[in-house]
Amino acid sequence: MPKLQSVAELEKYRAEILAQRDPAKPCIAVCAGAACDGMDSAAVAAAFVTEAGKLGGKIEVRTTGCHGYCEKGPNVVVTPGDICYFEVQPADVPEILAATLKGEVVERLVYKDPNTGAKAVHMHEVPFYKHQTRLLIGDNPKIDPMRIDDYLAVGGYAALVKALTEMKPDQVLDEVKKANLRGRGGGGFPAGSKWETTKNAPEKTKYVIVNGHEGESAAFMDRAMLTGNPHKILEGLIIGAYAIGAQKGFMYTRHDMPLLEKHVRNALAQAKEYGLLGQNILGSGFDFECELHFDVGIFVSGESSALMRSIEGNPPEPRPKYIRTSVSGIWDKPSNLNNVETWANVPQIITKGAEWFTSIGSEKSKGTKLISLSGNVVNSGIVEVPMGTPLRTLVFDIGGGVRDGKTLKAIHFGGAMGGSIPADLIDAPLDFDGMSKLGAPIGAGGLLLMDEDTDMVEIARYLLDFLVNESCGKCAPCREGMPQMLHILTNMTQGKGKPGDLERLEDLAEVTGAASLCALGKTSPDPLKSMFRYFKPEYEARIPGGSGDK
Amino acid sequence: MSGNNIDGIIAIIEKYRGQPGSLIHALVEIQHENHWLPREVMHQVADALEVPFAQVMQIASFYKAFSLTPKGRHEVHVCTGMTCHLRGAAKLQAKVEELTGLRDGETDAENKFTFETGACLGSCSIGPELIVDGKHYGRMTPEKVEAVLKQYE
Repeated sequence: MPKLQSVAELEKYRAEILAQRDPAKPCIAVCAGAACDGMDSAAVAAAFVTEAGKLGGKIEVRTTGCHGYCEKGPNVVVTPGDICYFEVQPADVPEILAATLKGEVVERLVYKDPNTGAKAVHMHEVPFYKHQTRLLIGDNPKIDPMRIDDYLAVGGYAALVKALTEMKPDQVLDEVKKANLRGRGGGGFPAGSKWETTKNAPEKTKYVIVNGHEGESAAFMDRAMLTGNPHKILEGLIIGAYAIGAQKGFMYTRHDMPLLEKHVRNALAQAKEYGLLGQNILGSGFDFECELHFDVGIFVSGESSALMRSIEGNPPEPRPKYIRTSVSGIWDKPSNLNNVETWANVPQIITKGAEWFTSIGSEKSKGTKLISLSGNVVNSGIVEVPMGTPLRTLVFDIGGGVRDGKTLKAIHFGGAMGGSIPADLIDAPLDFDGMSKLGAPIGAGGLLLMDEDTDMVEIARYLLDFLVNESCGKCAPCREGMPQMLHILTNMTQGKGKPGDLERLEDLAEVTGAASLCALGKTSPDPLKSMFRYFKPEYEARIPGGSGDK
Repeated sequence: MSGNNIDGIIAIIEKYRGQPGSLIHALVEIQHENHWLPREVMHQVADALEVPFAQVMQIASFYKAFSLTPKGRHEVHVCTGMTCHLRGAAKLQAKVEELTGLRDGETDAENKFTFETGACLGSCSIGPELIVDGKHYGRMTPEKVEAVLKQYE
């Protein structure tokens, strides 16, 4: 593939790709997302390739990233028509191919409502999908992540073209600011303001970073995006670099996902080959390079200053942030860091405009949000809904409610540094500020359902146990405060609670939260605080003759 | 360095010679290649990348992905992430511990298995799960563990 020298060459090449593709030709998309892969979707994909090969090219087979409905994997989607087949096994392959050739549907493999038995054939009819707005993840079934041409075929890099040819860097920045795009990694901080700080920092060398660390337990949407559609994130990053005036980017992600690494490496190499990375991108005069870096297994390295220390080759210890990393980050240069999902939102904001983007979502939280839905839920998977969607829609309409016919006890957001709210708050809207006020900040977007059997004291103990192991140990409040809380909670779960324990826990939670250096320590008592707010009787019941009996 | 993949390790070290900033990259690749970091290898890394040995040790001992002791032929992993936990990972872990006689982080005397727990591997929808040498066994129950482990020699 010769390097594309100009926008005209890119558009000509895109037209060629589209001319070669017949939208009426059946295509079978086999999901190779983390969950489907775990259910051996590779064997299903291999069977499709072998069997379809015998049909002389009448049916195309594509291995793709995560479709979303992880619970029912391995997932297969047949186009045209977006016919969804679930829990497909290699033995089902010949039947699916035969039916597809005849334009028929294999009834036994389509969605069946567990209560009514009603079937749903097409994606827009399946309850799990039909309540979603899949702006970010919706392309996944259409893309083989190893093929940049698939991304170009769905309009990929058109936003970059628009930014480079029709917009000055300031205009790009303004558009993102107007869109009120808020960071998807947990803080909800406006991305535009962050970009502006780095842009205005005096140093000439500037960096942009994709935070794909995703250490939050039970959050799995970032790797689904990065593995399933790496070019979308890369396109957002290049546009951001153009707006900010950065010359170099870093993708920071997990070392323990071989497929993710393979896809991102390949995407970077392909983008370079096509002239979308490197010197003089598409003849615009803009130069930008991107490097891949790995976290090597500690949760705190997702914290921005720690992550930057890690990229420099040092241990990931956070530093105080009286000077922000957007002013002084990697090698003390201004470094703008955003989460995978934040970057993924950038291309559509540039293509469709801030006005379109702000028409989706709630008053202060715009756009859609990817949610990893898991725990004691019927339909686990990756969900994308407009901000402001009531939790009830997520839990019941999409999630199908609680597993095994049990009752919902609590909804937990934000992993080990999040919070749990009781089932009666289920009509709360999904909103950065609203959920924070309730004590269960969205975090990166891991939503867990907990059923009636869940022991809330045990959950708090479990979460602290996780954090104690992940603390870097640099500051005393975090290093010493968390083990003390864990010690008390462990005793309580073993029936050894003592009068005064709850008061001591409250004390420790307050000090650890106030005095720790970084977000890990500061928010480590948050789950406990939310439980004291909503589930305190359960804690009191563990104190013999103490505060519970007052 | 008997038993280690010497050629592979040397190739990795040579690739990063003279690049102190690539210390983590070099160690990650050696860990993936060799499954642990022998002390003499870390000395070679220090010399080649021109960083103090103390710094190599600092990185190698800090990050959890690095192992300073030899690992078994097969790495058995139980995900203890939050969803797996809610769906019964503790029982699964107990069963693996019972069958292998290993606690979290240990390797058996025959170097057959190394057992580890960790979170979260992002396959929450099929949790709890057992992962052996990177292969995921989803929707695991304690009853099914023995049959899975028997496949590995």
